[in-house]
Parts: sequence; structure tokens; C-alpha cells
Amino acid sequence: MKLDAKIPAGPLAEKWSKHKFNLKLVNPANKRKYTVIVVGTGLAGASAAASLAELGYNVKAFCYQDSPRRAHSIAAQGGINAAKNYQNDGDSVYRLFYDTIKGGDYRAREANVYRLAEVSANIIDQCVAQGVPFAREYGGLLDNRSFGGVQVQRTFYAAGQTGQQLLLGAYSALNRQIALGTVKMYNRHEMLDIVNVGGKTRGIIARNLITGEIERHSGHAVLLATGGYGNVFFLSTNAMGSNVTAAWKAHKKGAFFGNPCFTQIHPTCIPVSGEHQSKLTLMSESLRNDGRIWVPAKTEDAQAIQNGTKRGNDIPEEDRDYYLERRYPSFGNLVPRDVASRAAKERCDAGFGVNRTGQAVFLDYTFAINRYGNQEVNRLNLQDADEEKVKELGIAVVKEKYGNLFDMYKQITGDDPYQTPMKIYPAVHYTMGGLWVDYNLMTTLEGCYALGEANFSDHGANRLGASALMQGLADGYFVIPYTIGDYLADDIRTGAIPTNSPEFDEAEKAVIDRIQFFMNNKGTKSVDFFHKRLGKIMWDKCGMARNAQGLQEAIEEIKALRAEFWQDVRVPGNAESFNPELDKAGRVADFLELGELMCHDALHRNESCGGHFREEYQTEEGEALRDDTNFAYVAAWEYKGEEKPVLHKEELVFENVKLTQRSYK
Amino acid sequence: MNLTLKVWRQPDTNSEGNFETYKANDVSEDMSFLEMLDTVNENLIEDGVEPVAFDHDCREGICGMCSLFINGRPHGPLHGVTTCQLHMRSFKDGDEIVIEPWRANAFPVIKDLVVDRTSFERIQQAGAYISVNTGAAGDANQIPVPKNDADESFAAATCIGCGACVAACKNSSAMLFVGAKVSQFALLPQGQPEREKRVLAMVNQMDEEGFGACTNTGACSAECPKEIPLSVITRLNREYLRASLTSKD
Repeated sequence: MKLDAKIPAGPLAEKWSKHKFNLKLVNPANKRKYTVIVVGTGLAGASAAASLAELGYNVKAFCYQDSPRRAHSIAAQGGINAAKNYQNDGDSVYRLFYDTIKGGDYRAREANVYRLAEVSANIIDQCVAQGVPFAREYGGLLDNRSFGGVQVQRTFYAAGQTGQQLLLGAYSALNRQIALGTVKMYNRHEMLDIVNVGGKTRGIIARNLITGEIERHSGHAVLLATGGYGNVFFLSTNAMGSNVTAAWKAHKKGAFFGNPCFTQIHPTCIPVSGEHQSKLTLMSESLRNDGRIWVPAKTEDAQAIQNGTKRGNDIPEEDRDYYLERRYPSFGNLVPRDVASRAAKERCDAGFGVNRTGQAVFLDYTFAINRYGNQEVNRLNLQDADEEKVKELGIAVVKEKYGNLFDMYKQITGDDPYQTPMKIYPAVHYTMGGLWVDYNLMTTLEGCYALGEANFSDHGANRLGASALMQGLADGYFVIPYTIGDYLADDIRTGAIPTNSPEFDEAEKAVIDRIQFFMNNKGTKSVDFFHKRLGKIMWDKCGMARNAQGLQEAIEEIKALRAEFWQDVRVPGNAESFNPELDKAGRVADFLELGELMCHDALHRNESCGGHFREEYQTEEGEALRDDTNFAYVAAWEYKGEEKPVLHKEELVFENVKLTQRSYK
Repeated sequence: MNLTLKVWRQPDTNSEGNFETYKANDVSEDMSFLEMLDTVNENLIEDGVEPVAFDHDCREGICGMCSLFINGRPHGPLHGVTTCQLHMRSFKDGDEIVIEPWRANAFPVIKDLVVDRTSFERIQQAGAYISVNTGAAGDANQIPVPKNDADESFAAATCIGCGACVAACKNSSAMLFVGAKVSQFALLPQGQPEREKRVLAMVNQMDEEGFGACTNTGACSAECPKEIPLSVITRLNREYLRASLTSKD
């Protein structure tokens, strides 16, 4: 099968406009004859479901949580990018496009990224109209801040809860359609398989997580907006329930998986505290606006901190190593995430870590508190204020900007970040890889679309901060409502899709058989026991740095672990009631297959790019060494059961940007 | 530390429930409350006992999925903190901890500590939105909003819909939850066209779901993990009265 990305011809800036005009339309009366299934209700899913229902389609939406509002987009903190140029600082659609392509280390599609930048401004307009309470200036207009990898201020935000506010906006639009009856919402339902009839995607099999009932749902198209698969690492900043199951089922039925090894390790997370750890917590990238990252410059100081005899505040200024500012003077603490994460790992591996495990660096707000305090002193005309007063005023400013994050840090660690520097370490946060989609967001399964983090399309090998929210909403509000019509227009005479076909029978039987297997397997170990072991293999061998030998070992270890899982997993309770252990078992079974694919992908890509760092391929200074001659392509993997997956390549054609080594120096 | 847990167990909505006692040993103070329950559950699974069902997802205090009535207080002893952000350093060796689900007629128990909060969904569907279709909006900066109004609207909008307010209230009233959403929109220019319609519909739905009346005790706000102020209830009452007198619907 040859991959066709369906990128429209013509100049970059005109592709989307022309394409929109060329897409077939479905007239309003006919839209009512279609049913579209949307799985997942985060930013991409909720915005798509609401927008399609507004157009007149019948929508069935599914989420595993007890409310669509709880999807993990809710946890996004820092902000959303848009090329509004409200700050008059030289931003433009082209600059957002360029920053995103460069930030992704030239492994994303130009046309998709340009479209993303193009619709970004509409997203802000839409959200404001919905009543999303973004941060504002005293004049009443919208405020912006800066994020990593960028030298303009284009990030819109709502304190440290931007994802929450945007999701609640999309959720309110969704609620309006639920009330109108155009969206039928299925809470506490999990999609367990996808159904193909006559070469087209025609429905899903879902489980009601309260009653255990297995349900058949048919539709003319299926949209997967099911997020990323970072939980394959067990420990990540994802929600506990975030999983790959929906995407993986589609993959097993024929949807190719794009760049599965492209994982984002976020530099600013709270370090692991012990074996009991169930998840990791992100401290927003926005903290790098004002915080300075450092470790001790002397090994003996680092050791003293590690064994508890010294604290961060004890290290004098001249003995500190602000390693990001040292290595990358022009971007400093605001280098992109992959660069910042690797730099932290490099210092910690060299023995300069600042907690018991040696796996942490400082994020210090002393300077920001001082700077803001002095600004306040000037503003309030308190020239005789003493140091204490300056600090107090500075803390108040920092509190207003980042208060919820500081509170969260204190809750989790027991340390007060206003008084002592925070300790942070990189953690798995986002997956750039995902189901391969064409320009219309359709996977290689006809009629099956992937939106938001679930697809691979816009972030290349590294996503820039505040771009995930932008992409999720772009896909849902402004891309899929246009592109889906082009596909559905040909389905005009199909009518309702019956669910009593052999294809539905077969898919349902496979789902029931697997559930029965879990319930009847008399194993001895819990699901988490296996999940934790998988996570450790992935983190050690397919994490922030990878090498061929480790990846080969990981593939064998995962195979063995998978065999052990199927033999020895224990799922308590029964299948006819609320049973979270059963839900987890299905998800971990899929992670155990995905993990192996990620290792194959990482092993075959003999270069370093973005979040994919192969130790064998680095510059003398330890930066990622790309190989554009041999690897400027999207790796799209085809599922082959027990056999090795088959690689298909989509060559990336760069007509507008020149490929250079990314430099943030 | 070693703890004794008294946990509410109930197989499903229609069955009777009761408290069971479990030991939680070697609990580290760095554990979150839910991680402590994870380890208890791991042991139960090993012993062949069905683990305790509880709702949770993001574990960073924002999704609103986690609940739990801990020693008589929703989300436990700390102020402004969800259960998932509560850490075991708030407890000490030898403590007995009583863990119950939210108790309210409008939140039936699904299993153990898990309750059905879809009544909240229906209240939101009744009117917690601005009717604007995708693509219809003008430039964002054409609607200036005074910073103080935007900040106050945002503060109300930080409600996570967890239901602690209802659980804390002796009457199981949902006024804080409804007040927060009504306030968010009432404070913004975008919310004005549907201002009356919205509050009437949401309050009507709230009553239909069986939530109790508000007597201004303030337990809801005191126990709210997001510290939604009691003033949203004042505003809700004012908005409701205003709409009752002026609504043209």
C-alpha cells in the first residue's frame, strides 16, 4: 500500500483555502442522515463532537470518565499559542509555522503545520466567544506570555489552568448539543474495538464500565480523539486512565502508526519520590519564564546536597552552574523541552543531581521574587523598603502568576518553593507519535479519523509548549468539520448502518473472549505489577536516551513480559459490574504490544532528532545529530500480528523551510 | 506509619453497604492518599479480595474525578486540596481513617466509594453555555473585559465539578456548583444575552435532580478544594431573583 498524504498542490499559504473549496459538501438536510462516532472528549473530541453536531450531523460521543469534562486536556497548565501578534513583536502565521517546524526538528509535514498556524487565531476568537476567561491586561484586552523555543509572546493563558478553561469551553459547546439531542453522550464507556464493514469503518464495540454490558454502535465514520500513550512508561504526567487502546485497536485493524518512538520528556516535573509512585506531576513550562535552572558547579556540593548536609540556599552564587544559560545563551532557560530535558539528564548523569537519588535539578525563583519585588517597590513608591518587604511584595506577584503551581508543589513535596528552590526532573509527558493521518486527518483505515494527540501529524519529533491545546482545538473546531464532509458525501445513499452484521458479531465476540480470558485466568500477579515492569524497561531503554543494544534488549524483554502477563495476570471481581482492574488489564495488554513497536521504531531510526536521542548519533557538543538524507520521512508502521511490523515511509518534502541544525545557542 | 482504615463497601447501587476494616502498613509520608489506597488494593488483590473501587484520574487536582469523605470531611483534612493531592504526611502513625463515598440523594453510589454525578451533567446541559457556533466569532480583542471582572469570572470557572460542596452540605445543596457556573458567565459581556434564561434553567434543573435547599451555612465553600467563594451563591440568588422579575421568556 502506498501512503498518500493528500497534500494539496499550490503555494503553502493557499493550500488550505483551496482545499476547503475543493472539498465536497453535504447539504444541511442530508447531514441529518449521518451518524458520526467520536471517541474521547478532550479538546479534540469535545470540539469535534460539538462542531459536527452544530453542522447537523448526529453524533455519538464516548468517554471513559464520568463526565466529558474530565478528559486529560483539563490538566494542561501553561497556555495555547496563536499567531495573533497582539504584542506587536513580529509574530505572524509564517513565524508560528516556522517555529513549529523547527521546534519539531524538521520531522513534521509543512502543509499541516502551516494550516495549524493559520487557524490558530480563530481558536482564540472562538474560545473568547464561548466565555473562556483568559488572562487580561488592565485595558481589558488579552494578555500573552512566552514559552520555550520561541522569541515572541504568543501564548494565551488562564493562570496555570489554561487546559481546564479551554476544555470547559468545548464541554459547554458539547453540553449545548447534548441538550439539543444532536449529541448522544456515553459517559463511563470504553471503546474496545473498531468495526470495518466492506472496507469502511462502520462502528465500534464499547463496554459500559458500570454494568459491564458490551454494546454495538454504528456510524458512517469514527473519530478517535483518544489522546496520547505516555502511560506505556507507567510513570508519566498523564492521567491514570489515559491509554492507547482505541488507537491500538484501529492499528490492529489496519491503521498505520506514525513515528511511535517520538515521545516528549518534559523537563519540569516533580521528581520520583519512591516505589509507591503512581504518576508524576508536571510543573508548567511557563515557570521557565521566570525561574532559573541550576545545579552546583562543584561535585562536593552536589554530594553534600544528595546526602542532606547542605541545601540549595547554602550554595553561593559563584558555585552554581546555570547550565542552560551557559550552554544556550540566546534562549537560556527557554530552550525547547527536548533540549532542556537532555541537559538536565547530562548534569545528573555527571553526578550533579540535587536530591537523594541524584535525579533532580533546581528551578529557582529567588531572582524572580527579587525582581518583581523591586518593581513593586517602584510602582508603590516604597523606596525605603527593606529586603524582607521586597521579598514579600515579590512573592505576592509570583503567587498571582503561578500560585496554583506553587501550592501543588508544596502539597506533593512538603517543601515551600517560595523559600527554597524547587527540585525538578524530566518526565514523560506527551507523545508526538500516533496514528498516521493524511491531510484530511483520515488514517489508513477508510472512514477512521484521528485527532489531537492521538494522531502523529503536526509536532514532528518534538512539540513546542502551548502547541498541544492549539492542535487539539484546531483539529476539532476547524479541520474535521470541513474534511469529513468530503468523505461522507459519497455515502449519501447508504442509510443507517445495521449492527447485526457478521462484522459486528465477530468484533464483539473477540472483545467478549478477551474479557472472559482475563476473568478466568487464575494468575497470581496484579495488572500494575506488569505495568510497572513494562514502564521500567521503556524508561531505561526507550526513554530520554536510546541506543541500538538497549533497544534490542528491550524488544526481547517486552516479549517475555507479555508472555508472562498473559499467563500470570490476576483480575479480581467479575465482568458484569464496575471493575477498574478489568479496565486496566485490557489497557496494559495493549501497552505491552505498543511498547515493542516503539522500540522497533526507535531502533530503525539511525539518527537523533527532537525527543528521539540515539546515543550513537550526536554532535561533539552532545546535541542531536539528524540525518536528513536518510531519515527525513515519517515512519508509518503496519501491524502484522506476531510477525515484525512492516515499515512504510512518507517522505517529507520541505519546499519552504531550509533544513538546518537546530541551534538555540 | 501503620494505619487502620474503615472503608465503605457496597457492591452496587441497590445493595446494602457496610464498613470493612483494613490495615495499611509501612505507609510512607511521601505517598498520596490514593497511592496509599493503591497499596491496600494491591494487597487485597493478592489475598483474592476484590479491591476497593474509588474514582480518580488525573491525580493532580484538576479533573474533579476523585472524591472521598475522609474522617467526616470531603477530600480530607486540608483546606483547598483534593483527595488526590492529599499526602500521607497529613496523618500520623496509628491513625484510624474512616473513608466514605459522597452521600447525597442526587449522587447514588455506583460501587464502594464511587458515586454517580450525572445530575451535575444535566444541570450544565440545562444552560451552562453561551450559544455560539464554531466559526461565528469575531476577533477576540473586540470584546474588552475589565481585568477585575475577568479575574473574578476565572476564579468562579476554576470549579472542578467534584461535588464536594454537595457532600459537605447538610442539605446536599448544589448552590455553590451552580453559583460558580452562573457567576462565570454573568460576569462576562459574552454571557449577557442568555443571562436570565441560563440561571432559570439551571436552577430549575438543580431542583429537579433532588439537591437540597441552601441555608447559607457555608460548609460548601469551606470544604471546596478550589476555594470557590460563598459570594457565588449570593450572586446566584441575585441573578435568579433578577431573572424571575425581568425574564421575557
